[in-house]
Amino acid sequence: MATDIIIHDKKDNVGVVVIEKITPKQDCACWIMEDDSSTNIQSVDEIPLGHKIAMVDLKEGDTILKYGHDIGKVVKSIKKGEHVHVHNVKTKKW
Amino acid sequence: MEIPKSFLGYKRENGRAGTRNHVIILPVDDISNACAEAVANNIKGTIALPHSYGRLQFGADLELHFRTMIGTGCNPNVAAVIVIGIEPKWTKKIVDGIAKTGKPVEGFHIERTGDIGTTMKASKKAQEFVMWASEKQREECPLSDLWISVKCGESDTTSGLAANPTVGNLMDKLEPLGVHLCFGETSELTGAEQVCATRGATKEASDKFMKTWSSYNDFILKEATDDLSESQPTAGNIAGGLTTIEEKAFGNFQKIGNCKFIDVLEPAEEPTKGKGLYFMDTSSAAAECVTLQAAAGFNIHLFPTGQGNIVGNPIEPVVKLTANPLTVKGMGEHIDCDVSKILSREMNLSEAGDELIKTTLRVANGRLTCAEALGHKEFVMTKLYRSA
Repeated sequence: MATDIIIHDKKDNVGVVVIEKITPKQDCACWIMEDDSSTNIQSVDEIPLGHKIAMVDLKEGDTILKYGHDIGKVVKSIKKGEHVHVHNVKTKKW
Repeated sequence: MEIPKSFLGYKRENGRAGTRNHVIILPVDDISNACAEAVANNIKGTIALPHSYGRLQFGADLELHFRTMIGTGCNPNVAAVIVIGIEPKWTKKIVDGIAKTGKPVEGFHIERTGDIGTTMKASKKAQEFVMWASEKQREECPLSDLWISVKCGESDTTSGLAANPTVGNLMDKLEPLGVHLCFGETSELTGAEQVCATRGATKEASDKFMKTWSSYNDFILKEATDDLSESQPTAGNIAGGLTTIEEKAFGNFQKIGNCKFIDVLEPAEEPTKGKGLYFMDTSSAAAECVTLQAAAGFNIHLFPTGQGNIVGNPIEPVVKLTANPLTVKGMGEHIDCDVSKILSREMNLSEAGDELIKTTLRVANGRLTCAEALGHKEFVMTKLYRSA
């Protein structure tokens, strides 16, 4: 089965687009690497290869989890299916 | 896959083995580059390693300069060395350091002789060395003679998803066979530093790592203005989908698989605790990092990339791999090992690891890397602070 999005860890709230791009309102097949399970999501935005999609609704101050770990904080609320990147997530480090 | 037990390498006087057979012309300092390059131009089959430093350095910065120079000459991928400096004293110090390996090395200083006279004398010796080295034959060497360094560059999320874990898979398979392994990139472990520290094989190694990372991080925070978020992640990283340094760090960290590091090395420091994985305190800039790892004696380098870093090194072959299908399509001439089928799930991680082992061994046996064929010879000294 074709995979559109790969998620590292079950705990992650974002997935990575692994096809050239996904388009708005696309029904995407997701594969969770950690336990080899599958899930689905409908996209809101167009998202290119390698970029992240929100798997759940996220509000300002929430922590983004990828690889099962904290990779930064939400600075602008994000709806499930939207593009997650530098416009709505920032580092907690620098 | 059954992993071959040996490769074809060049046996050196000190018991190490090389994957290459270079005769290098090593300038001690910036102003000796012209002479070194003239010698390399005269004598075919030699290679000059010009660089920007070597004058009025002091303290830890000078020590690092000597360690990098001597280590580069000592690397088993180097058969023989001509050292050229402006003054006799520092030239001799580097010659003496390299001579401990037992390999042919001779130094020349330019003061009182000038470029032309020095070029003539050094060229005669370089000709002798290169003709001697050209008769060296590859011989069967145990796999444990491979010292493999790793560093990623122009990373994107495909690096953390697939290319870096492929390197980690290779490490998991080769570590039990007695190879030396090395990862670095101190700043790029920021965000994953606590998790990385737990991967020290001993408490001593973990503590040493945290001390090294904290000191680098303090330095970064002290020097940074508002440009840091443009440097880490880089614009290329961000274009590839990486959002924060933490995300980049956890992706980076995938390169060591499940291995534990047994020691923490200073930049360009040769490992002395035997086989296994080492962490080296390095910059995350590609050419600087690979130059330091080569100076520590590593003889083959694995370089996963996402958006397509093109770095090479004059003495240590740099094997590139990527999982990004757009990078394979757009700049395939830079990619030695394509693992993009992991993303489409036509290839699993273990299969990708096996592919990378095969590529690594072909390169160890003599196949040119893409970077070698394209002439990439980036030799970049790490400088710790301003000269006197």
